[in-house]
Amino acid sequence: MSPDALNDAAVLGGNRIPFARRDREYAHASNQDMFTAALDGLVARFGLQGERLGEVAAGGVLKRSRDFNLTRECVLGSALAADTPAYDVQQACGTSLETTIHVANKIRLGQIESGIAGGFDTTSDAPIELNDDLRELLLDLNRTRSTTGRLALLGRLRPGQVVPAIPRNEEPRTGLSMGEHQAISTKRWGLTREEQDEIAVESHRRLAAAYDRGFFDDLVTPFLGLERDGNLRPDSSMEQLAKLKPVYGEGSDASMTAGNSTPLTDGAAAVLLSSDDWAEAHDLPVLAHFVDAETGAVDYVHGESGLLEAPLYAVPRMLERNRLTLQDFDFYEIHEAFASQVAMTLKAWQDPAFCKDKLGLNEPLGEIDREKLNVNGSSLAAGHPFGATGARIVATLAKLLAERGSGRGLISICAAGGMGVAAIMERRG
Amino acid sequence: MSADRYQALANSALGGAVVKRLGLPAPPRLDRHEPGMPVVTGPVVFGEARGGRLREAVHEVMRSIGARLVDAKTAGDGDDRPAALVFDATGIDSTQRLRALYDFFHPTIASLKRNGRVVVLTTPAIEADSVGAATAQRAIEGFARSVAKEIGRYGSTAQLVEVAAGGEGAMESTLRFLLSARSAYVDGQAIHIQAADSVTVPEDWERPLAGRSAAVTGAARGIGEAIAETLAGQGAEVLCIDVPPAGEALAEVANRIGGTSLALDITDAGAPQRLADHIGERGGRIDVFVHNAGITRDRTIARMPPEGWDGVLEVNLSAQERINGALLEGELLGDDGRIASVSSVSGIAGNRGQTNYATSKAGVIGMVRALAPVLRERRVTVNAVAPGFIETKMTEAMPVGTREAGRRMNSLIQGGQPVDVAETIAWLVSPASGGVNGNVVRVCGQQLLGA
Repeated sequence: MSPDALNDAAVLGGNRIPFARRDREYAHASNQDMFTAALDGLVARFGLQGERLGEVAAGGVLKRSRDFNLTRECVLGSALAADTPAYDVQQACGTSLETTIHVANKIRLGQIESGIAGGFDTTSDAPIELNDDLRELLLDLNRTRSTTGRLALLGRLRPGQVVPAIPRNEEPRTGLSMGEHQAISTKRWGLTREEQDEIAVESHRRLAAAYDRGFFDDLVTPFLGLERDGNLRPDSSMEQLAKLKPVYGEGSDASMTAGNSTPLTDGAAAVLLSSDDWAEAHDLPVLAHFVDAETGAVDYVHGESGLLEAPLYAVPRMLERNRLTLQDFDFYEIHEAFASQVAMTLKAWQDPAFCKDKLGLNEPLGEIDREKLNVNGSSLAAGHPFGATGARIVATLAKLLAERGSGRGLISICAAGGMGVAAIMERRG
Repeated sequence: MSADRYQALANSALGGAVVKRLGLPAPPRLDRHEPGMPVVTGPVVFGEARGGRLREAVHEVMRSIGARLVDAKTAGDGDDRPAALVFDATGIDSTQRLRALYDFFHPTIASLKRNGRVVVLTTPAIEADSVGAATAQRAIEGFARSVAKEIGRYGSTAQLVEVAAGGEGAMESTLRFLLSARSAYVDGQAIHIQAADSVTVPEDWERPLAGRSAAVTGAARGIGEAIAETLAGQGAEVLCIDVPPAGEALAEVANRIGGTSLALDITDAGAPQRLADHIGERGGRIDVFVHNAGITRDRTIARMPPEGWDGVLEVNLSAQERINGALLEGELLGDDGRIASVSSVSGIAGNRGQTNYATSKAGVIGMVRALAPVLRERRVTVNAVAPGFIETKMTEAMPVGTREAGRRMNSLIQGGQPVDVAETIAWLVSPASGGVNGNVVRVCGQQLLGA
């Protein structure tokens, strides 16, 4: 099937709950509570009560094992028709951009006419697992038939086994946290404290301004008394950020602080997508179209690449396929996992050696106009509930394009496991 | 629904006896409309002064609602007692002939059932043929309002309906409302029906708003929530509007009633345009717009900070004007468009500590009166409701003394419910209410304050 024969996948709007810092307003809210609220807010905006959609695809990173069908459970608890199918996806911080790709692709193929993509994460209501020793012992106990055998197993019980296994933000293959990984990259790329802090200050300033002008009125629905993102500090300044001590990296040039890194966050977000026909039949305006996407990964375990470098490779491949240059965009949404990740991305794409040796390009990709980058702030200010960030960005970018009237936007999201997800959205004039 | 414990007590067997023995006011239990309920629950006695012009029109409405019309002399007892007394007084052309009111009501009023209805039909004084006729027609208003005060303790109400020449065929939606339990807390009102070229008759009177779109501001809670719910229940597709911080409750209301939500601060400079764009994008028109959003910032004028004045005037009045402007300019109101505003008894009678609020609510009345003749040419109507003491979270928070006084100082000896305001709005915005324009209808159980 040639691309011309495909349908267009339209983004009609989005809804999320304000993101909360860990153990604050959503301390006792589950993933299910949060994503159901995000869904219901979306349903209310678009009058989708009782509507059967093609599918709902969502996911989160920190999930309990019993929540294997969590998105479907959320659909059943929402105002959507109960015969709307759903499934869960997990791709670390790229989760809900990946679910957007799934839903958009099915719409483009004509397999579905409408769908919701989203994600969620709670770092407060986190799953706690049994200590592996205890878990194995209990499983052995279950497999053992004889009483003597069982008694022998019970004799192996030790107080230390009661200590639960708490999920940690670290890469299983390196034992390093994401911040520690990025600290290595920060050093290698020679990124300064100042350029990172500038990105953070700008993120807070722009997100606050967007809230103030009502940009999020139709993208965010208050939840549990929280009306704006709990992490947002409108009066954040270079002076204040300069006071913070580095939390990742070692030595005098360690520059990553709690101020220029995203905090652990709780939240959920959802995006409504459809074919143009479905949108028209429902009297719903199209904000933008979802054009293309690329997911990539790098070998951060054995190779030279840093953990969060995958988008550096995925974006150029996607540009090449779409015959676009890096400058052909009106908006750039580069997920701010760390200010350092954004600074690294910008630097790498301007670096002739990196672009030639790693990307095989004769010319560097070049510069990005900072006035077009994360214009309404990003994760440093909003916070970053891993699974929800992609949907937050897709909805924000779609509305930005709709406000502009026409244009093109680029999304780049780095993810744990050395992965990255990128996408192009467009509004035709 | 907020708790009126005294009313519950007075309606219990033991409590009722105590209340009666002590000579305390006994608030009656008001029937309210439930799906499938008939308009009237018993026979209707029709009477007229000789020379009246509404007999035919009234009979036609009675046939339409399936009411059994009986003569004053044949009105029965017990369960067959009349549920309503309807009197066509348009034939009264001199003060001497006002006696016809006495002759009809003196023998019949005692037979009226509890939760009964009295409707007296007149001609607008301005249309009367002579000074004598005009005097007599105006005199009837005093009669109707006093009857209301006499029968209120039985949960019964009395209203006057002024029918202009040419408005005879436009009475049905109003008579249905006033005769039914939907008007439970509307009492002692004078309603004007203007000449209407054509009146839309709904296919189903339980759902007169089927196929109509409606917008309600302040829809996240209280009276606005009840309005949204009632309009949706009568078939409308409702756009629920409230300020962004109320978004969670707003989404819940929209989902419950199968409507849509729009987070919008109506006082923002860009709000009328955003609203117009939203309506334009989603279907292109709105048939009904209900201005309900309102705030209070009570302080005596000497102690009131400037923002207390500005905020109340902005939300309660100026924002409505700007939105009306955008709706009319963008031609976003559909055929038979309807605008309804929520005013307040405070806007009629004034209230200590509410100079700002009463100014805004009296302004709403001014706006409705001024707009009505202009909109009439577009076949659009605009009306207001003026709620009295309505049981909401706001009144629940009042000091006990003020609250009890507010509740009891009316002919029905109790506060109203949000649904009472909502039902009144639903009648005003019905496509069948094309003859009802420029009215300010109080929903106050005939509160003692005000005119």
